[in-house]
Amino acid sequence: MERITLAHGDGGELAHKLITDVFVSTFRNERHAKFDAATFALGTHELAVTTDSFVIKPIFFPGGNIGKLAVAGTINDLAVVGAIPKVLTCSFIIEEGFPIRHLKTVVQSMAEEAKKTNVAIVAGDTKVVERGSADGLYINTTGIGIISHPLERNMDEGDSVIVSGSVGDHGVAVLVARGELGLVSTIESDCTSLYPLVAKALEASQRIRLMRDPTRGGLATTLVEICEDFGVTIELEEECIPVKREVKGACELLGFDPLYLANEGKVVMIVPKEDEQAVLDALRSQPEGKDAAVIGTVRATNKGQLLLRTPLGTTRRLYRLTGLMLPRIC
Amino acid sequence: MLEVTDHSTLSQTLLQEVKTLADRFQQTFGRIPSFMEVCGSHTMALARTGVKKALEGYVRLISGPGCPVCVTDQVTIDAMISLTDGVNRIICTFGDMVRVPGSYGTLMQAKTEGKDVRVVYSPVDAVRIAEQHPHQEVIFLGIGFETTIPILAAAVKEAEEKQVRNFSMWMSTKLVEPILRQLLHDGEVALDGFLLPGHVSMVMGRKHFEFLATEYNMPAVISGFEALDMLSALRHLLLLSLEQRAVVLNDYKSVVTEQGNVQAKYWMNHYFTLCDEAWRGIGVIFDSGMDFKSEYNQFNAKVKFPIPTREPRRTKCRCGEVIRGLIDPPQCALFGRACTPLNPIGPCMVSSEGSCAAYYQYMREE
Repeated sequence: MERITLAHGDGGELAHKLITDVFVSTFRNERHAKFDAATFALGTHELAVTTDSFVIKPIFFPGGNIGKLAVAGTINDLAVVGAIPKVLTCSFIIEEGFPIRHLKTVVQSMAEEAKKTNVAIVAGDTKVVERGSADGLYINTTGIGIISHPLERNMDEGDSVIVSGSVGDHGVAVLVARGELGLVSTIESDCTSLYPLVAKALEASQRIRLMRDPTRGGLATTLVEICEDFGVTIELEEECIPVKREVKGACELLGFDPLYLANEGKVVMIVPKEDEQAVLDALRSQPEGKDAAVIGTVRATNKGQLLLRTPLGTTRRLYRLTGLMLPRIC
Repeated sequence: MLEVTDHSTLSQTLLQEVKTLADRFQQTFGRIPSFMEVCGSHTMALARTGVKKALEGYVRLISGPGCPVCVTDQVTIDAMISLTDGVNRIICTFGDMVRVPGSYGTLMQAKTEGKDVRVVYSPVDAVRIAEQHPHQEVIFLGIGFETTIPILAAAVKEAEEKQVRNFSMWMSTKLVEPILRQLLHDGEVALDGFLLPGHVSMVMGRKHFEFLATEYNMPAVISGFEALDMLSALRHLLLLSLEQRAVVLNDYKSVVTEQGNVQAKYWMNHYFTLCDEAWRGIGVIFDSGMDFKSEYNQFNAKVKFPIPTREPRRTKCRCGEVIRGLIDPPQCALFGRACTPLNPIGPCMVSSEGSCAAYYQYMREE
């Protein structure tokens, strides 16, 4: 019998297949969602809506906790489709025996994170399950935003690919925090709300083609999806991709590739070459974007491949994440 | 001081130098030089950094038998998986092992069906799990080369000191020296030298590999894992080959010493002794692995939980030839079609150090 395995939840190849085979084919809809948030018109308003569940382990990790992650994650999904996040709902599934003190801390961080971007948490739900039926605390959030900058989504040869900072921080921070690796590191998760940063970039350029937040599956999987969905070929310069030294070290030890590790506070953008500097300056003016860098170029608009140029000058193709099982990182 | 941006210039200069030397080799000997990278991490790194691709047509790099999952034979994998059949057991192992297909399923399938299979990053964690679950038997599947064997010894030491009686280990470890001797003895692959594993050398020391030069007349260079490290090692290998000098060089001096890690070697020899091991696609090689000394049989899962071995199911998988360096992964009919990282048929496609996985992930052309 075919069963769900942990690999179905890692955001890679198998997760993609599950979504296509089970969900998309059944919930058939003329609006095929290519993003984590769907956009639609309601009366005179263009809206964006998104939903996400958070099952991260451990619940508290360097740089954040499950609550901050839930609010930031949902705000980010809205921000990257050009929406101003407005309201959030949240739903808690709590295991019997979970300390109320911890729940209070989590909820407090949710309130703080929402306040940063003027988002109101307006509805919610609570369920408690028997001990052993869940692991501590799971949170689901749904967010609604108003589209302020509809994105072009048409890319041209020569467009620049920009990432707002170093990749792989969240993945490494969470894995280390689990204490299973026997590693100690100072890496903190990059978990943060991207709306203020994205708003700055949108002010700087009216012609940002596309934005994504590269969470599960990492920068590589996110860009592969863009290449496939929009039929463009992107060539990345390996040397230009910012990776923190500690993240690189941990990856070497553990056999991971930072391009496939999760981020929770990074945005990747595709912008016209002429606007590249303006967007970079805007991103770098904010603390979350100080390490922003141009990492690649749109090469052709028909092949749908993600390529990586190594410092040796050779090029290799990147694919979706396959078979790297890192469950419960968000 | 070099700036980061100079890295690229430096590696391209070095690459050019390697190509020039390779050309000279070809002019001198009338063929392309063939070097074997023994270690699975090198296989991955050569593919990931683009070194292998950049040297196509200049240097033939052959992947050797240095990926621990890949060289574990099918009978052993079947036996390890059937350990989950017993009641009240927790099976612990390294990540890659859970996806390796046995004749009848994987450890991952056993886990999905409700068996207690846990991935740990260190065998010492398995000892901790045993302490936390005193009424269950915790069995660690111990695979690996000289780099891992001292860590296995550390776990046994901890279990011994803490008197953890419900912890045992199913050993299927391998040693580099006997397999290199076997390959050279068989003479199936024509080689001009070896790129030696940095990690194994860290434990065993440079001197351990002297036999390659003195007994087999083979140049060999111990290398690190960055593009620059590997290019530098290849440059040395080409220079040695051109001068026809059989020497074992240490090009990874920051971590590898002459004698290696004396402490690690002491503890591996304290608990374990040489044993015959079965290698996938090669067969049983005399004294090519390590297993428990009989006085430590209380930790030996093979003694505690004897498993009847049975003839494995045959597939068309050619991992055996891949690890002997006889074929490149794309030459296997299953590669990229029936056998992918999502649905691996052989261990070389599963392991993060496997040649097939390296080709699939970093060198696939479509």
